[in-house]
Parts: sequence; C-alpha cells; structure tokens
Amino acid sequence: MSDLGVLARQVVYTNRAFWRNPASAFFTFVFPLLFLVIFTTLLGNGEVTIGTEVIKTSTYYVAAQGAFGLISACFTNIALLIVFARDGGVLKRIRGTPLPPWVFLTARVIHATLIAIILVAITVAFGAVFYDASVPTGAALGQFVTTLLVGAACFSALGLAVSGLIPNADAGPPIVNAIILPLLFLSGVFIPFDNSTPSWVEVVGNIFPVRHLVDAMRDSYLGLTESFAWSDIGVMAIWAVVGVAVASRTFRWEPGR
Amino acid sequence: MAERVIEIVGLRKSYDDVEAVRGIDLHVERGEVFALLGPNGAGKTTATEILEGFRPRDEGEVSVLGHDPAHRERELKRRIGIVLQSTGVDPFLTVRETIDQYGAFYPNPRPTDEVIQLVGLTEKRDSRVKKLSGGQQRRLDVAVALAGDPELLFLDEPTTGFDPSARRNAWHLLRNLTSLGKTIWLTTHFMDEAQYLAQRVAVIKGGEIVAEGPPDSLGGRAAMKTRIRFRLPTGVADAPGLGETPLPDGSFELSTDDATRTTHKLTGWALQRGFSFDGFEVARPSLEDVYLELTGGEEGAA
Repeated sequence: MSDLGVLARQVVYTNRAFWRNPASAFFTFVFPLLFLVIFTTLLGNGEVTIGTEVIKTSTYYVAAQGAFGLISACFTNIALLIVFARDGGVLKRIRGTPLPPWVFLTARVIHATLIAIILVAITVAFGAVFYDASVPTGAALGQFVTTLLVGAACFSALGLAVSGLIPNADAGPPIVNAIILPLLFLSGVFIPFDNSTPSWVEVVGNIFPVRHLVDAMRDSYLGLTESFAWSDIGVMAIWAVVGVAVASRTFRWEPGR
Repeated sequence: MAERVIEIVGLRKSYDDVEAVRGIDLHVERGEVFALLGPNGAGKTTATEILEGFRPRDEGEVSVLGHDPAHRERELKRRIGIVLQSTGVDPFLTVRETIDQYGAFYPNPRPTDEVIQLVGLTEKRDSRVKKLSGGQQRRLDVAVALAGDPELLFLDEPTTGFDPSARRNAWHLLRNLTSLGKTIWLTTHFMDEAQYLAQRVAVIKGGEIVAEGPPDSLGGRAAMKTRIRFRLPTGVADAPGLGETPLPDGSFELSTDDATRTTHKLTGWALQRGFSFDGFEVARPSLEDVYLELTGGEEGAA
C-alpha cells in the first residue's frame, strides 16, 4: 500500500478511536457546541460594534464559538491525544514500525481539521437556523474557508509543539488549559471587546494567534469583506511555521523517564 | 556457516555516569531462538533497544539483518517485529482493527485472521483493546509485532507479570512462532523460560556477558560439581574421609567433579560395611543454580 493509502487509513482509524473515546468526543466536540448554545442564549441579547457595523451579540458569538471549536479540535485535541498516546507507549510502538512519522502525524492533523470543519459547519448552521445569520457567500466564503484552513494548520502545529513540552499525561489537561483559557478570554472569544478594553489586552491579542482567528472568522462570517484583514491570516501562518519549528525540536516518541 | 542475523561487537552504552552495557559481543543465527537472561537492571533492555533502533550506542559495531539499526532505515523496520516491555496500542480500536492497521504498514502483511488465530485471540477479535485482560493485551502485542510477517522478532520480557498458567500459554505461542522459522531475540529473567524456549542463552550481569551457550551446558553446567546427599543409618558414626559435618537434619552433603567415581566409592564403602544409605541423592545443578551463581544470587529473585 502506498504511503498515501496508509495515510487515508490512518485518518479513518484516528477518527474511529476519536468517537469511541468519550473524553475526546465530549470535550473536543460537544463542549464547543454547548458553549455556543449557552453564550448565544444567555448573553446574546445585546449589540456589538465592529468598526462601523453594529451586529447582534448572538451573531458575534456564533463566529467566536466557531473559532473556539476550531481551537478545541486542533490545538487541545491534538496536544492531549498525542500526550496520551505517548504515555501509553503507542508512539514508541509506531516508531518501531516502517510507518513514516510524517504519515502518522499528518493523519492526526487531517483528522483534527475535518473535526474543525464539522464543528464550524454546525456552528454556521446553528446561526442560520436560530439567529437568521446568513451563510457566507462569494468573496466572504473564500475568506472564511481560507481562515478555517490556515487556522487549522496553525493550531494543529501549535498542538504538536505543545505536546513536546508536556512531561506526562497527568500534566496534559492543566498545561493545555493554562495556555489556551487565558488567551480565549483575552481574545474576545467569550466576552466581546469594546472601547473600555485595556490596551494591554489588545497587545496580547495581537501577538498570539487566537485573536486573529476570531477576527478573521467573524469578519468573513459576517460578510464584512472590507474589514477582513489578510494580516490576520499572515499572523496565523507565521505561528504555524513557529509551531512546526518548535515541534520538530521538542517532539518526543517515548514517555518521559 | 549459517547466516548471522544479529552481530554485536564491543557494544557499550552509558546513561549519565552509569554504564549500562559494558562491551558485549554476541551473535544470533537465522532461525535461532536466542535468550538474553539476566536480573532487572542488568542491561537487557538497553541492549535490545539498541538493536531495535530506539537508542544510539556509544561504542561498538551492531548489525541487524545487515543494517546498522542506529540509521533507523525503513527497509530494516519492514523486516523486524518488536514487542517492547511496555507499549500500547489505541485502546478504543478492536483487536482486528489494530492488526489491520499495523499490517498495512508492511509490504507483505500476514493475513489478519491468521495472526489473530496464532495468538489465540479469535474469540476476542471484535473486542476493543481496553476490554482485554492483561494477558490478552500482551498477546495482542505479539500479534501486532507479527502483523508484518517479520523475519526477526524481538521480545523484551514477554511474560513478565504473568501468572503461571498465562506464562505456559505464552510459551506455547512462542514455540509456535519458532516453528514458523522466525529468528527470535528474547530477553527474560526467568531461567525456566530461557530453558524452555531458547536454543542458546547468554547471561548478562552488570552490563557484561558472564556466560553463553546452550541451556544444558551454560556456564560449564555440564562440567559443574554434582551434589551427593545421603544419611547414615543409626549406629554408623562416620563416613570415610569425608571430614564433613552433617547438615541440621543429620544428612551429609558433598559436591564432586566426578560423580561416577565418588558414588562408586561411597556405595562400595557402605556395602562393604553391610549397610545402605538412607535418602541417597545425586543431583546435577539446575539452570537456576547456575544462573544464581553467575548473577550473584541476590538480584535474581524478582
């Protein structure tokens, strides 16, 4: 079987194991959808100003939770599953077979990207059904899909990079959450920003990729093609390269001693 | 000369300031079952993982199927199967899916059903891995290593942690593998395991090979002193020229290089005096005795 054939099979097996694992299916998949419902229902009654546009908070949350779903599927999911597989000796076992490492890792990334696409699609459908938000078309759709794919690459690469920095499976969830939760809050995923937002929060948001994903996804989702910034895509692309570079140095196939 | 599948010359490996392997020379021929026997921490796993390509070596030459395992070539990995001491497979896949998955990594995989049957997991083929017992998971480990139909199989302590009946079952499985013509490199700290499975054994202690050979003659076992034990009947006070003090239960024990001659001397003397020994026993040293002597005893009990 060719490497690409094996890659396709690996995606299938990764997918089966993902859905049969209650922890990953729940925390990666159900969680973002739960947040989507909670935030739009409880906090979605106001209005948010983006540039010159005034939009309903519920619509804002649909876009923001789409970004959260992508981060959950790519960053959190990949980092934790890799650490668990490493601690369980699965990675070492794979390393002893002729399977090229890139096939194994690419299968994980492709699978995470597919999960992210499904999550974002459900989120968009949810917005269309309950909040009359229109599905992006034309130029906005192109921007939206680009955001989704570059975002998935960026957060998958960062998930791989972080997995190498986590010493063992017990330390996995606390470390991943300690990294991502503050960034989610500081990037407007849960609380929309307004004029009173301190400037240091803006600075943090500009440095890390989360805010750029949220902004790009929101603008393309809402069809604000004018305010959509390709620089957001650029920053995520840079983080993707950083993630790959770090991962290539820190990635470990064996459990820590 | 038979083909050497594994050839090790002057292998050394240190971790920090601990020298785990101190210059060992070994070879394994095609079709042979070779056991590296030694107590915990003797360097078995280090040596094995160097052969498997998991660890770099510090010094020495190593050849596995004509390749240097340190290069981690795909060509080599296609021809070997590895059962590590502690590894896992995805707990959420079934037995069948797992073997299908791993088989696909190799150019000529052995049919999945055949592999499952070989390790005796046919009834569990559709069970998820996490539902298997410890012994069944270990058998699955072996099955995964067989999925690619390797020429050479590495088994690092395949039965550690098994209860006696599970070990017997595992031994039957491993015997079956040898009948497939596989070359097997086995590590164990059970001497009975080495004796049952291996044609040749090397004993490693403190990173050095202290004995090597077929289990029957290991460590000069064939030539080692034989133990003779007997009890004198009541009324007979001394044995001839023994100079031995009796053991607490009143019996005498002596060891000899020449069991035939000593036995003849003793029994001749007794018959001349018109009595027989009670509980007369002549015993060859067991492999366990040899092993304990070679490895210093105290560590080998695990």
